[in-house]
Amino acid sequence: MNKEVDLKGKKVKLSQHVKIGQKNKMNQTYTDVSDMFAAKGAPSFLTGSEVIRDAVKVAGVDISVAYPITPQSEAAALIGELYAEGYLLDYFRGESEFAVMGQCAGAAFGGARVFTTTAGPGTLRAMENFPMWAGSRLPIQVVVTCRGINSPLSIQPDTLEMAYLLETGMLVWHAETAQDLYDFILAGFMVSEQPDVHLPLANCCDGFFVTHTKDTVNKAPEDLCLPPYDPYKSPVPCMDMECPPVRMMRDPFVMKSNYISYSTHASWQQEVKAAVERSRKHTIAILGGLIETENVDREILIVSSGTAVSQGREAIRLLEAEGIKVGLVKIKTIRPFPYQEILEATANAKHIFVPEFNMAGWMAREIKALIPNNERVYAGPHVAGGMTMPSEVIAEEIKKHIGA
Amino acid sequence: MSKDKIKICEDLADIMPPEYQDLVEDATYGDQDRGWKDVGSSKELIEQHSLCAGCPESIAFRYVLASLPAPEDTVFVGSTGCTSLVFPHVAVQNIHSLFGNQNAIASGLHRALKVRFPDKVKDVVVLAGDGATVDIGLDMTLQSWFRQEKFTTICFDNELYANTGGQESGLMQKGFVSKMAPVGKLFDKVRLAEIARESGCHYVACLTVSKPNRVEKALKNAILVAREFGPTFIQLYTPCILEIGKQSMEGLDEMKDAESIGGRFVYKEYATDDVKKFLKEKDEEAKARKKEKKSAKA
Ligand SMILES: Cc1ncc(C[n+]2csc(CCOP(=O)(O)OP(=O)(O)O)c2C)c(N)n1
Ligand code: SF4
Ligand SMILES: [Mg+2]
Repeated sequence: MNKEVDLKGKKVKLSQHVKIGQKNKMNQTYTDVSDMFAAKGAPSFLTGSEVIRDAVKVAGVDISVAYPITPQSEAAALIGELYAEGYLLDYFRGESEFAVMGQCAGAAFGGARVFTTTAGPGTLRAMENFPMWAGSRLPIQVVVTCRGINSPLSIQPDTLEMAYLLETGMLVWHAETAQDLYDFILAGFMVSEQPDVHLPLANCCDGFFVTHTKDTVNKAPEDLCLPPYDPYKSPVPCMDMECPPVRMMRDPFVMKSNYISYSTHASWQQEVKAAVERSRKHTIAILGGLIETENVDREILIVSSGTAVSQGREAIRLLEAEGIKVGLVKIKTIRPFPYQEILEATANAKHIFVPEFNMAGWMAREIKALIPNNERVYAGPHVAGGMTMPSEVIAEEIKKHIGA
Repeated sequence: MSKDKIKICEDLADIMPPEYQDLVEDATYGDQDRGWKDVGSSKELIEQHSLCAGCPESIAFRYVLASLPAPEDTVFVGSTGCTSLVFPHVAVQNIHSLFGNQNAIASGLHRALKVRFPDKVKDVVVLAGDGATVDIGLDMTLQSWFRQEKFTTICFDNELYANTGGQESGLMQKGFVSKMAPVGKLFDKVRLAEIARESGCHYVACLTVSKPNRVEKALKNAILVAREFGPTFIQLYTPCILEIGKQSMEGLDEMKDAESIGGRFVYKEYATDDVKKFLKEKDEEAKARKKEKKSAKA
């Protein structure tokens, strides 16, 4: 955990069964993800949903399964249009999120690169599938456009559902902006398909704030494309009957009440956890780090993920005008959690504020559990149920707490 | 998968497990006319099983595996239940993921294999219990039929939840007293075969596993039709002798009773007209192959 990784200048190893530089049937050239990022063109002005579509367009996705739920419906439908244009090999509407995640699993078991999207109640309806995906080592990517899961029914932004994803064994990332989302979708496939990772990824963003607003995004040229998924690099056999169907078990010990059975399950859970940790080095190489920091030598810090970071940034600007200096830590990957990075970034802080778009304050809890002298952590401000978090509110709360 | 893929390289031959060696030398991969008669004379694709002694599911497994037209290119999708204890012993790739989601998994799997191997036939076969097929998974069972997904669904119908200890299921008979049906089941056995027909299955068969030749025929029909036309369904009565209070030797009699006139499992088969025509052609082809083989031997 947290070992220093020096991968500067090194390219992440990619599928070799198709050579970089060859073209796919849509005349896109297979390109290393870092080169795709380096080739980004002039900014476009797009909604988050359009950005999801445009990332999928150059991500070499084989199969996508869709189901309507606000605020991801538009993105899922736009991916359907890509299928109609020939960019995906298959696409259909499933009958529920539980079924959709099963259909995604089936496609991934069969060796396809699979992408889907969901949100809020859909995420919870699908929940039984997520630890199954991880335990089966299926590198499916799901974009979760977070929304309320409470009753009475709400469709508004709220990041509570992310708390439920944390211990599924999936990689969980949190995009702040549409640009993040674009980059995370492309980087996500490359990281989660690494043989020593080979896990599903929940690429989360805040519904509406990211999906339904327009933002400037720098995109890779559309005649480039990620190299395709190579199912034969998977650490577990691809279910296509192209490798010998050896009896994997002489005895179905998984269902037995004996030590070997317990030990098998325990070690597999450890292995999934270890695979999550092993994703760090690949993520760092492609995304430049698991966190981003600004002025962390300051005594007051705002630490969070998603659009709470954007609001925090504005609050910092407001406070700066009043002579109060505040630093910022933006957390990009929630699983793996950037322990070492956060420890270092918060080493000198006296006050750590964790603004969140949910009632639970799960991010504050994660940080409190990690750092020494955790009375430094102030869990808030919190908003929920679709409320916005004006930067003034963050600034006021910081001032009140430090007695300024 | 070509048979070459399972060949053992000479240097490793002596350290490979004997079952694997048998599999390479004596299994019926690659013979489209394989069938239940190979049971006991060729290497079977099922090793031991961990079902109750005499459980009809075990013989049903043998017949099903022996009758697959192309086991070397078949992937099974199972579900939680007594069947899931057998799959680890089967020399065909199989997926167990969750309870009841088998037809969703199979939908995604079949589509992936279709796009990855456009020029090859890859059969996907679902094999799950009645609880998995009708109760918790009914939605996904039906929706895969509505969508005309081209794979075969087999239901091992033992009329209850066996693996959890004999609770009421939708395919249980009305009036049967069981766990969770303390005063007897209050509604009729769900008419799954008819539902399958109305939901778009092109070939449906409902039978017991008392007669191996019937099981073989139904299975081959179902798989060949699924390749060409769309979804197919087979319901096999595999009584849970443990939960209905029968001895190991009594499974066969139970099935024979159930399939006799007036019983719940009188042999039933539906096929569309196009399918009937297609199956007739396939029969003739098989007969011709048999004849050819015979004359080659003579
Ligand atoms: C989501 C979920 N609910 C319940 C169970 C418990 N469960 C395991 S097997 C089973 C019964 C299986 O019945 P059936 O499909 O008829 O198969 P059988 O054991 O009778 O062959 C149940 C209820 C489970 N594993 N997962
Ligand atoms: S519990 Fe019933 S169905 Fe399960 S193995 Fe035993 S007899 Fe067969
Ligand atoms: Mg049953």
